[in-house]
Amino acid sequence: MVPFFFAYFSLVSIAAGILTVALRNPVHCGLALLTLLLHVAGLFVLLNAEFLFAVQIIVYAGAILVLYLFVLMLLNLKTDERYLHTRYALLLFAALGIGGELFLLVLRSPFGGAKGDAPAEAVLKEGASYAVGIKMFSDYLLPFEIVGVFLLGAIIGAIVLAKTPTAADAEHPQGRG
Amino acid sequence: MVPLSAYVAVSAVLFATGLIGVLIRRNFIIVLMAVEIMLNAANINLVAFSHYLESMAGQIIALFVIAIAAGEAAVGLAIIIVVFRGKLSTNVDEMNLLKW
Repeated sequence: MVPFFFAYFSLVSIAAGILTVALRNPVHCGLALLTLLLHVAGLFVLLNAEFLFAVQIIVYAGAILVLYLFVLMLLNLKTDERYLHTRYALLLFAALGIGGELFLLVLRSPFGGAKGDAPAEAVLKEGASYAVGIKMFSDYLLPFEIVGVFLLGAIIGAIVLAKTPTAADAEHPQGRG
Repeated sequence: MVPLSAYVAVSAVLFATGLIGVLIRRNFIIVLMAVEIMLNAANINLVAFSHYLESMAGQIIALFVIAIAAGEAAVGLAIIIVVFRGKLSTNVDEMNLLKW
């Protein structure tokens, strides 16, 4: 059963990724990206990462993709006549070369390494969310705090960037109270 | 039982797809979507190694990657809105003001 679901999720996510890159209408690209994100979430379930599955659905499909679609609707883009780069054949060749080499190198490496302290049975017994939480708030507390500060900076940056300049701003550059 | 190399192969194919999208598309929003594809490929890799090497660290890093992706989307889309206000276009080839 697991190999069947793996084949389904991986094939659909690869097809959706190609459609995201290849479709002409940006809204259709966004919907193909949504398909990709949902099927990647399915792959997470196969890997015993239920908490990450929920986060992928809520944050990626629920928040980030809605942000993309919102901006697409806001800008009301007209579909370009030439939507690809002028030298797209050369770039496609270069990217396929890099991707192919990556693929070969990845399949040749032995994937060994010391096993960690969280075997699948232990994680299944106490739940994935519990295991992630214990690990995150003990060993990874400092990166967690740094990500919090990073998100605060991103929020402030986005607000400052997207603020509509008004006529009063142009007359009084130091701002009005 | 699905081998680890199958997950790694899927991740490599998705990463190459995202790389092609970043290189050949001219719409800024689609370029950002291709970056999201590449981040997802990295996430599949992290979670697969986390499962097969029986460690929790990969899943934690994947969570951080998702948080970074959210910040990147917010700031990138804000930049797109600012540029669109001045140029009425999201074509990456027309953004050459900072080129020397």
